[in-house]
Amino acid sequence: MDFTYDEEQQALREAVRGLVGKAYADFENRRRAVAADPGYDEQLWARLAEMGLLGLPFSEEDGGMGAGPIEVGIVAEEIGRVVAPEPFLTSVVLAGGVVAAAGTAEQRAEVLGGVSSGESLLAFAHAEPGTRWTPAAASVTAAEQDGGWRLTGVKEPVLQGARADRLVVSAVLPGGGTGLFLCDGDAEGLTRDGYPTHDGGRAARVRFEATPVEPLGEAGLDRAADIARALDAARIAACAEAVGLMETALRTTTAYLTSRKQFGVTLNTFQALNFRAADMYVSLELAKSMALWATMVLAEGSPEEAAEAASRASLAVSRAGRHIGQEAIQLHGGIGVTAEYSVGTYTSRLTALDHLLGDGQHHLRLLAAAVGDHEEVDPLP
Amino acid sequence: MHLQLSPEDAAFRDEMREFFTTKVPQETRDAVAERRELTKEQFVDTQRILNAHGLAVPNWPVEWGGRDWSPLRRHIWHEEMQRASVPQPLPFNASMIGPVIAAFASEEMKQRFLPATANLDIWWSQGFSEPDAGSDLASLRTTAVRDGDEFVVNGQKTWTTLGQFGDWIFTLVRTDPEARKQRGISMLLIDMTSPGLTVRPIELIDGGHEVNEVWFEDVRVPAENLVGELNAGWDYAKFLLGNERVGVAPVGGTKRVVAQAKEWARETGQLDDPLLASRIAELENDLLALELTALRVVAHSADGKPHPASSVLKLRGTELQQAASELVVDLAGAASLASGAGDGATDLPWWTRRATPVYLNLRKASIYGGSNEIQRQIIAKTILGL
Repeated sequence: MDFTYDEEQQALREAVRGLVGKAYADFENRRRAVAADPGYDEQLWARLAEMGLLGLPFSEEDGGMGAGPIEVGIVAEEIGRVVAPEPFLTSVVLAGGVVAAAGTAEQRAEVLGGVSSGESLLAFAHAEPGTRWTPAAASVTAAEQDGGWRLTGVKEPVLQGARADRLVVSAVLPGGGTGLFLCDGDAEGLTRDGYPTHDGGRAARVRFEATPVEPLGEAGLDRAADIARALDAARIAACAEAVGLMETALRTTTAYLTSRKQFGVTLNTFQALNFRAADMYVSLELAKSMALWATMVLAEGSPEEAAEAASRASLAVSRAGRHIGQEAIQLHGGIGVTAEYSVGTYTSRLTALDHLLGDGQHHLRLLAAAVGDHEEVDPLP
Repeated sequence: MHLQLSPEDAAFRDEMREFFTTKVPQETRDAVAERRELTKEQFVDTQRILNAHGLAVPNWPVEWGGRDWSPLRRHIWHEEMQRASVPQPLPFNASMIGPVIAAFASEEMKQRFLPATANLDIWWSQGFSEPDAGSDLASLRTTAVRDGDEFVVNGQKTWTTLGQFGDWIFTLVRTDPEARKQRGISMLLIDMTSPGLTVRPIELIDGGHEVNEVWFEDVRVPAENLVGELNAGWDYAKFLLGNERVGVAPVGGTKRVVAQAKEWARETGQLDDPLLASRIAELENDLLALELTALRVVAHSADGKPHPASSVLKLRGTELQQAASELVVDLAGAASLASGAGDGATDLPWWTRRATPVYLNLRKASIYGGSNEIQRQIIAKTILGL
């Protein structure tokens, strides 16, 4: 087991840091970017496409770079480090991941080619009011009519759901099971009501009323397993993004403790505060190990091993993210709750990631149900 | 980054597993698994078996029996040993004084002590803490005054673990009362059969006799027993305590306890309780995070110096060790009260009777080896710059 990046991976990290890290080095740039639609910097997005980062996880035949989970994790962590609002996780890793898993060769080349070049923005319309992180659709239904397919029902919240020119939609099939469909942004019977999310992102209610769609992959097949697999990969990338967020939240906090004065002395004079920062560091290091490990399992293990690793890392990162996010604000005091100062936004983003694909409680429930199936947890396969 | 063990490392793991499960007497391994106190002979016999196969002191320099393994192999060795419930080489010998002598002592002292230390022919005790020098170790007051070819030692040490078995004790003594407190300390090796040296037992809350007070009244120690330089003892102590932090995270041992606890939970029908299952699942996850962090941190230790993040291992490792012992008490329920019942006089299983003494005894873990508050201080200062 080796936790170190090779030279190419280090170069990738430096390149992403040079681009994304530089763009948002000043937190004001981030505030400006999220203030107006689409909620991110389209020029930066185009440059990410030029660098090949928007096609990073997709195979070269599909127009991508053919890189793996390690590279995806590097990009996600750097995005987290500056709380960049670009929708790499939801539009590229998750929505693109679903297409990569279920699409025909033709669909993959067309859809993922567009994603990779930055011309197309993808959204995965999967969550529904009342569902909690299941790989199955519940109330949006698919019907076959006159040789075509039509969807009816509501998906919400759909990240980038209003902006995306193409939606990947899960729906209950006539015979049961969950099918996947591609829906054009301008399809008839499609209503999209966009709104901002607390972390500066964009989401939407997406209503389908007999909306014509194209089956993703062979029509009529249950795709829940593909969805689960794409969700697991996105969970692990989300953990990497959270690690970047937590590192900065802690660094910002320690910088504040050594500069802010009260009672005539800097705050790091007070051991009560330093010890809490030390505990944040402990949480961070443990969560980071889990995120890196899960990334390696995704790269080298079976889908079952990756699913378990995703749950394990998500649980650890959920716990750490709450701990570090809450303490980062508390140790700052009032300034930490303001929108103009960065640290509260990091906590907001950590909270969003925690609830995007399954929180700690969700994953603990899965792990607890399987606790009797093994004698010990072995990190090595 | 990669996950899989190389074929060579996988073979190494198999070799370790085979060795530990077949070459160390079952009776000793049962005693460890059942969390019983070991006899001196069990410690000594095990270490001699390990030493005969080059497995007692792999972290020492090669010329003194070390193995020059990769950090990963050292980790595998350590984990497989704990997994097989093999008592670890005596830490006072293998992790504490041995590396200090190898790094700082004269050639003569190395030859005199290192082979015997590796083979546990000498049982070392630790003479650092004093009644008024705990976390503030540098305020220690035991003195060593030079008199011809000897030092004359007076004072008191405490918390000397297993001192009742000790042949020799490595001590920190004040040799320059005028100097700033860290500067006037030296490290002295003292034969525990010396006249004027007295070992007195301290009974702990688990009823066991594990630690002792050691008193020195005009104990005469040959000057040649000074380790390295005069008044440089604090540097050696820091080196030693840094090593102690790395070795102290008992990942494999705690994993064994949790695995046993699951079995006991199953036997007593408690594993079906979702609250308990969730508690165990979270503990397993926390242990995995610790184990992975140990692997990640150990790989970044340079020049034999511990990575500053090794404080995380000590801090978290002892917390989880304690949490596992607490879990076992809760599983035992009311049966945990029967700690004093002998085998013939009870219908309760052995593990329920051992649960609370172990739990109470392990409160020590977050106190020794640099208390967990000291570890937080190290993290805050040296890593976070606070």
